[in-house]
Amino acid sequence: MNPQAPDPLLPVAARPAGAPLAAEACPWTDPAARPFIAIRHVTKRFGDFTAVNDVSLNIYRGELFCLLGGSGCGKSTLLRMLAGFEKPTEGQILLDGQDMAHVPPDRRPTNMMFQSYALFPHMTVEKNVAYGLLREGKSKAEAYARVAEMLKLVKLEPFARRKPHQLSGGQRQRVALARALIKQPKLLLLDEPLGALDKKLREETQFELIRIQETLGVTFIVVTHDQDEAMTLATRIGVMDDGVIRQVGEPHQIYEEPASRYVADFIGTVNLFEGQVAMAAPDMMRVDTPALGAVNTRPVPGLTRGQTVWLAIRPERIGLSRERPAGDANTVQGVVDDVAYRGHMSSYRVRLAGGQMLRVTQSNLDRDADPISWDEPVFASFSPAATRVLTE
Amino acid sequence: MSAADNSPQPARAPRRGLARLLPTGRTLVIAIPMLWLLVFFLVPFFVLGRISLAEAIIARPPYSPLFERDAEGTLAIIASLENYRFLLQDALYRNAYVSSIRIAAISTLFALLIGYPIAYYIARSPEPRRTILLLMVVLPFWTSFLLRVYAWQGFLRREGLINNTLISLGIIDQPLVMMQTDFAVYIGIVYTYLPFMILPLYANLTKLDGALLEAANDLGASPMVTFFTVTLPLSLPGIVAGSMLVFIPAIGEYVIPALLGGPDTLMIGRVLWDEFFQARDWPVASAVAIVMLVLVVAPIMWLQSVQNRRELQ
Repeated sequence: MNPQAPDPLLPVAARPAGAPLAAEACPWTDPAARPFIAIRHVTKRFGDFTAVNDVSLNIYRGELFCLLGGSGCGKSTLLRMLAGFEKPTEGQILLDGQDMAHVPPDRRPTNMMFQSYALFPHMTVEKNVAYGLLREGKSKAEAYARVAEMLKLVKLEPFARRKPHQLSGGQRQRVALARALIKQPKLLLLDEPLGALDKKLREETQFELIRIQETLGVTFIVVTHDQDEAMTLATRIGVMDDGVIRQVGEPHQIYEEPASRYVADFIGTVNLFEGQVAMAAPDMMRVDTPALGAVNTRPVPGLTRGQTVWLAIRPERIGLSRERPAGDANTVQGVVDDVAYRGHMSSYRVRLAGGQMLRVTQSNLDRDADPISWDEPVFASFSPAATRVLTE
Repeated sequence: MSAADNSPQPARAPRRGLARLLPTGRTLVIAIPMLWLLVFFLVPFFVLGRISLAEAIIARPPYSPLFERDAEGTLAIIASLENYRFLLQDALYRNAYVSSIRIAAISTLFALLIGYPIAYYIARSPEPRRTILLLMVVLPFWTSFLLRVYAWQGFLRREGLINNTLISLGIIDQPLVMMQTDFAVYIGIVYTYLPFMILPLYANLTKLDGALLEAANDLGASPMVTFFTVTLPLSLPGIVAGSMLVFIPAIGEYVIPALLGGPDTLMIGRVLWDEFFQARDWPVASAVAIVMLVLVVAPIMWLQSVQNRRELQ
């Protein structure tokens, strides 16, 4: 998009490319900021099955919020309640301050991109995209002029006259996106928007989605089960499980500071070890674990001696060496059980003395001529800062 | 053999010698329906066509032979289009055709208007109810068609159920004349052929993706607008199939107009019957039947070609 030309599709001032993420770009850090979408104690039951259980969540204007969770965790139900296809059994959804309880889907300032795309098979690309505008009572000339611009934005102009079945999966995905964006919704809901695309296309499309979202300044809520997708797209992620939001945070917070074993295990790979707090001081803490012995950890306030905790250590924060490393890092001994070369890095499974496995990944950036291999005795080391102590 | 090198699976080896003359499995499978069509459709059709070109005579069979030896012993084919010209000239036949098409068309329209909502409702019903409803649609087939049409006489006649009810409720004081009218024929046809409208529509509407309706709703279409812009166009193949299944048999319907219609109800099926069995004019009757067949087949073939072209696009 040419930044000089005023774009009629722009509903609000878009953040210029490269602008620093100031406080206004992270409104969730500002307690005074007014949420754009307020989900308050929303519960949805189907018969005696509770799909969404007392969820409260604030989402701010211009966010690209990802609801992340496995199948059946309630993320799609939450999205469908925002679109108006399901009514909350309890609780309230406010959109821009307005209660949505009695607003039917066709009157909501939201649009949805369906997982199956739900393109009208009997209409051309052009007519699919124009559908929403024509329902608003726009004249055909005006509607199709806007459609042409939108097709340009999603790079589909040559396909305007095709029917959906004549398009590839990636093209269909872009038609669905264009159709959902044409009415300039305040909020765009995307249900597994990239789920049907192959890996390579998915990666390209992720950045395309971000580009479009930033160009138009529309608030996006994306439902996905793919953690990579969530990490790439999101300004913030809400991890859902069993109808409950387990943690909300920016991608790096979710990854580096998981709030629970569930989140730590769900996002990426993690080594989890149970143990008891052996020493808790304001500046240092030690946890005794059967698997690793005594481990110096980052201090966590509010923990007492003897309390059961879990240590979460990301595999890439652990170093491997043949010699005992110098310094005060935690060190354990083990034998390499398995090595998997994965191009940019190698994954190791190290068998500890007690039989437990420790997962370690090593970057192949400076892969030496004699890499650590099968059955070698090794020292695994990690600094106290690499550990995260979890209580639930 | 570079071509064979490229293809991972070599084509089936060509059969040699006498084996070529033996039928393959595929031919055998196709042969059964083909044979059926030949014996029960094509052969009778040609017999009918041949009779329609003959002349009625008092003999057994009551039509002139196709081949005749004249005085010199040369074989001559005797065929004339006289019967077809007769059909064109006599207004009775023209009126009967037009009237049949009209009655069939109006009945089809009503069957569609009644059948569509039923099919839609069944298609949208949850599982146990759906099966029960479908069963109820086909249940009437367990009773003879003739009996069911007779039963309508009990409803429609002067002292029938409908008149008695309306009079006892004080809505009317004179019984309505329903029997022996076109109205009764419409009722009979719509009632009899409704399942043939519902079933193809149901088959079509169950395939309708609910997400499409939600998408239309989400884009600002009310349920009514969604119906006319999404559901209806997508169910067009079902509408066409159902309408054909009602329209075609309704055109040639004989029993319903005979049992429920009056002397004014002119339908080609009845004319055909009278021509064969009353007038015993087999050649004219055959011509009536052939023209009817052409009238019915022509629109189907046209529709089929339109549909094929649409699918190719």
